[in-house]
Amino acid sequence: MPKLIKDNAVVDNTWELLEATDTPEAVEVPEAGAIVPLNVWKAQKDQLESRKNSLGVWLNSDELAEELADDAQGFGLIAVNFPGFMDGRGFSAARLLRERYGFEGELRAIGHVIRDQLFFLKRCGFNSYVLGEGANLEEAIASLSDFSETYQAAVDQKLPLFRRRA
Amino acid sequence: MYKYDEYDQKIVRERVAQFRGQTERYLAGELKDEEFLPLRLQNGLYIQRLAPMLRVNVPYGMLNTTQLRKLAHIARHYDKGYCHVSTRQNIQFNWPELAEVPDILAELAEVEMHATQSSGSCIRNVTSDQFAGISSDEIVDPRPYCEIIRQWSTFHPEFAFLPRKFKIAVTGAASDRAAVQVHDIGLEIVKNEAGEVGFKVLVGGGLGRTPVIGSVINEFLPEKHILSYLDAIVRIYNQLGRRDNKYKARIKILVKAMGADKFAEKVEAEFAHLKDGPTTLTQEEIDRASAAFPEPAYEQLDAASAQATLDQQSSENPAFAKWLNRNVREHRVAGYAAVNLSLKPTGVAPGDVTDSQLEAIADLADKFSFGEVRTTHEQNMVLGDVRKDELFEFWQAAKPLGFATPNIGTLTDLICCPGGDFCSLANAKSIPIAESIQRQFDDLDYLYDIGDLDLNISGCMNACGHHHVGHIGILGVDKKGEEFYQVQLGGNAGTETSLGKVLGPAFGAEEMPQVVQTLIDVYVDKRVEGEQFIDTYNRIGIAPFKEQVYAKAD
Repeated sequence: MPKLIKDNAVVDNTWELLEATDTPEAVEVPEAGAIVPLNVWKAQKDQLESRKNSLGVWLNSDELAEELADDAQGFGLIAVNFPGFMDGRGFSAARLLRERYGFEGELRAIGHVIRDQLFFLKRCGFNSYVLGEGANLEEAIASLSDFSETYQAAVDQKLPLFRRRA
Repeated sequence: MYKYDEYDQKIVRERVAQFRGQTERYLAGELKDEEFLPLRLQNGLYIQRLAPMLRVNVPYGMLNTTQLRKLAHIARHYDKGYCHVSTRQNIQFNWPELAEVPDILAELAEVEMHATQSSGSCIRNVTSDQFAGISSDEIVDPRPYCEIIRQWSTFHPEFAFLPRKFKIAVTGAASDRAAVQVHDIGLEIVKNEAGEVGFKVLVGGGLGRTPVIGSVINEFLPEKHILSYLDAIVRIYNQLGRRDNKYKARIKILVKAMGADKFAEKVEAEFAHLKDGPTTLTQEEIDRASAAFPEPAYEQLDAASAQATLDQQSSENPAFAKWLNRNVREHRVAGYAAVNLSLKPTGVAPGDVTDSQLEAIADLADKFSFGEVRTTHEQNMVLGDVRKDELFEFWQAAKPLGFATPNIGTLTDLICCPGGDFCSLANAKSIPIAESIQRQFDDLDYLYDIGDLDLNISGCMNACGHHHVGHIGILGVDKKGEEFYQVQLGGNAGTETSLGKVLGPAFGAEEMPQVVQTLIDVYVDKRVEGEQFIDTYNRIGIAPFKEQVYAKAD
């Protein structure tokens, strides 16, 4: 079973990621544990709504978090795709999902993210991370805490440093 | 000057440890080239033509003498004995060893310096007015706000992987010396009728391939909202800025494509969500930042008698008079002056300074100017608070050290990027062009007769030498492997910002001194009483210049 980092541990990746599709109506969504593309969710929302808490949805980097403004709450998981690790749109998407659209479930970074981004990803609200092939996940966990202090308010620390300075 | 507290100190130390780990993983082959690239860039480390180049941040251009001496030490021990003042007030080292860069960063951290986000697609070092706090045309000292913005932008978790680099400049004076109109975000500190402090916000300015003057999207943003408003702007850019073409990825392209009004609407809508949230500045924080820039312990000086002494010294010593006239600037406090140290003597790459010069500048600053120094975007240094009655002594001390060349603001005080001698992006060399022009105009009296003139040279269209806003701008271009130089006229930086127009076909390197000479001849011939080069250009247009330059070339 493939592994990933969730919170501060290496765990099995039990979710199945359904690939992007041009025929979202036709996709057969498994009963539980599937992460569907945004367009599949939109096309089959009526059928999927009732089992949302065992369902995941994923946003591509060109899909704004706003697309899930009214729907984010209640999903078992939301994944945000990084087609390349330099494509930083997902950082904003994560904060919006957490801070504006009230998503409290597992927020997962997928695609191409690297160990050295974990600290920022965590600050923006992600709590699970699929790193590339061959990444040493046990060692990578250390990068979740590269810094013990931060200047800005974010998902993990609601107050900027200037409101906390002794 | 701002002093780090335990939090700031901890953050820079943890950064050093993080980068040390990344460098070790890279050297051990555990981190791929393309993955290490943005990580090292976010620590200011480029791989250049000959060696890595390390860009160290000088936040808003302020340095104390402990920092200067540390930079001298780094130049001596890790480099070839010199460094370079960049056009964004930073310090660049041209010859560090990659494996030693973590040690350099550790040395910098000891003196409250870093290279964080001095490069890469992230929010860069915030720049400002080199005369902040000492200029008589200042409305509000911009430095406390610059420091607040520095902290906000440092390791901002959401904005470390933007579509492209992102530069913010802040001015607090009537006359803009921070080039706020040609930055991704330009902030002009203003006061409203009630006397409250706020910001006029410009967005989408920039030089580079597509020079654009920024658009005002907010006439008065109350100071406490500045960080949430910046969050709103950069969030819109992060989500909507183009990522398919790096030449179209700057925020100016987004603002242009969307229209400034529409962009402003989007920012307002985003800001409406963030407004009054925890990122709203507290009065305590504004006070804390302001208290970090206390007024130096100025003495009550007899300005009239100091001036009389200066007049006397000037009449006895014409060389001193020249220096006083060109390199010394008025100060808001009576009896004090700001002194420009010229880093543009002929024969030295503009902005280069050696280890022993840095130490000498530190000694001068300790003796004459409260131990503080400023870097300028014109690639010089400034000692901000020198007593007028000590200027003569200062000049005598500065002259043998090589930075009392009395050419500030003249044609030979030119802005110049490192160019093809160092930079791997460059299409052409720029330093030898600068030198050949400086040699052409080596007569000081003639130079003073020409008057104020900004000549800016960039070795490629990335425009690090700000050629678009030079009265005379020179751009290195590559034509089938050969280096040529395109000339632009009529650019202007500052309050009356304008972008230069291309004169015509490009020239070979050897033609450049004569081309500039011809441009100057036209100006001298056509000028009327009191006109500087740019005034004459604005009055007569480009045609007379073009005619002469290309007539002679035939």
